[in-house]
Amino acid sequence: MIRDITIGQYYPADSVIHRLDPRVKLIGTLLFIISLFLFNHFWGYVVASIYLFGIIKISKVPFKFIVKGLKSVMMIFLFTLVFNLFMTPGTVLWSFGFLKITWEGIRIAIFMGIRLTYLILGSSLMTFTTTPNNLTDGLESVMGPLNKIKVPVHEIAMMMSIALRFIPILLEETDKIMKAQTARGADFETGGLVKRAKSMIPLLVPLFVSAFRRANDLAMAMEARCYQGGHGRTKMNPLRYYKRDYLSFGVMAVYLGVLIGLNILL
Amino acid sequence: MDIIKASELTYEYIRRNEEGDVDSINQAIKGIDFDIAKGDFVAILGHNGSGKSTLAKAINAILAPTSGSLWVKGYDTKDLDKLWDIRQAAGMVFQNPDNQIIATVVEEDVGFGPENIGIPTKEIWERVEESLRAVGMLEYRKHSPNKLSGGQKQRVAIAGIMAMKPECIVLDEPTAMLDPNGRKDVIHTITELNKRENVTILLITHYMDEVIGADKVIVMDQGQIVMEGTPREVFSKVEELKKYRLDVPQVTELAYELKKSGIPIPDGILTVDELVDELSRL
Repeated sequence: MIRDITIGQYYPADSVIHRLDPRVKLIGTLLFIISLFLFNHFWGYVVASIYLFGIIKISKVPFKFIVKGLKSVMMIFLFTLVFNLFMTPGTVLWSFGFLKITWEGIRIAIFMGIRLTYLILGSSLMTFTTTPNNLTDGLESVMGPLNKIKVPVHEIAMMMSIALRFIPILLEETDKIMKAQTARGADFETGGLVKRAKSMIPLLVPLFVSAFRRANDLAMAMEARCYQGGHGRTKMNPLRYYKRDYLSFGVMAVYLGVLIGLNILL
Repeated sequence: MDIIKASELTYEYIRRNEEGDVDSINQAIKGIDFDIAKGDFVAILGHNGSGKSTLAKAINAILAPTSGSLWVKGYDTKDLDKLWDIRQAAGMVFQNPDNQIIATVVEEDVGFGPENIGIPTKEIWERVEESLRAVGMLEYRKHSPNKLSGGQKQRVAIAGIMAMKPECIVLDEPTAMLDPNGRKDVIHTITELNKRENVTILLITHYMDEVIGADKVIVMDQGQIVMEGTPREVFSKVEELKKYRLDVPQVTELAYELKKSGIPIPDGILTVDELVDELSRL
């Protein structure tokens, strides 16, 4: 199940988008998400579609691969659609008991659906084109100003990168414990939801114990290698803006300009 | 010059009950004295609970001595201002290879130490390349550590320490979780580093075969140093080693048994070749 989630995965390819500075991609994604809620007319969707699919094309990530990421959020997606479809007041087209579909409901449901889809496509495109390490570096740098209000930005970024490193190790460990418990008669496969959830306890307890032991070891190893927080640290891969990064900021500005312009004109 | 020097070194683990009163005191190291010369390959042997891992942590200043003193490169390990100098001078490799690799790419992990001590970016890259080459892992620089074998991971961990240019590396049972091949690789790497780069090596282990190449062997039992000398000197006292629940290398054991049953061969045979020579002389 865990392997099906494509959100947050990196897709290695050689494209301009991959080479962009992670900060550009972070800011760009944020702006794109905000932009999706700036308009409420047909032409806005056309512009956003051209922009998004243009970037997907340049990124060289196969479209099919990106769409797979939508599967894991299907429930939220359907829920929003149904909710909007039935709950919007307006001209009634069809009704059955307390259920009624309105013309406005259809319109909002479709637009909301597109918005949600684009939102997920846009943000997963960022993770597809940025390595986890790059992403945490970018995040650390973008959130840098928060350091002034005592937000431990470096520590958060370090925690994220360590978490990424240990996900496969802990998955492997879960698998091992599961097999060990199965060998001694534990049953993870059958039974209802409650029974299955209960059978997870003998799996989670040893996993937690081992995770804490690993954390202790890792902390010691980091200290032994002179880790003392973000202060006085140099970077192996310092972030630098290149021409392509400034250019991307330009493209973003044009996109936002067109959207806002359309909003005023229409 | 001595790179590590201990005098009357004592370390106690204090267990406290819920009120914070002392429940029991476990003396892990009981007033030991020793010194290690620069460039030496020293092996520390001992059974479980002999205090050898505690000693390793004390050298890296992860644990401060309860009493007595320990100097690393002339810095007192009790001096908190010199903590980072000590850790840079005496790097440490731990037992579990998975739990000491921080980054998701080999070369970034090797760069972690130099990043922490504020080395300029350009030099970090030079050091990373140099240390990966020194442990023979240069071709894996772009790989993910998760895809490496245990021995390879341990060599990456050693490279991570080498990149900090330490004068001494303390290895706390680095081969305990490895298969025989990985074990051989790691020991070979350590021996090479000692010879070529003149790094002082402090190898803590309970595998006798790994000790043969050392310049000096220290045997610990219940927090005390009970034997000290060259591998040949130590391994010629088979009876005494058995008292500390330690084995001798197979060949040494065989030679010892042969001698006991009346065949005149000298004590302290360490390799198969030596035994063959001695036997053919008869």
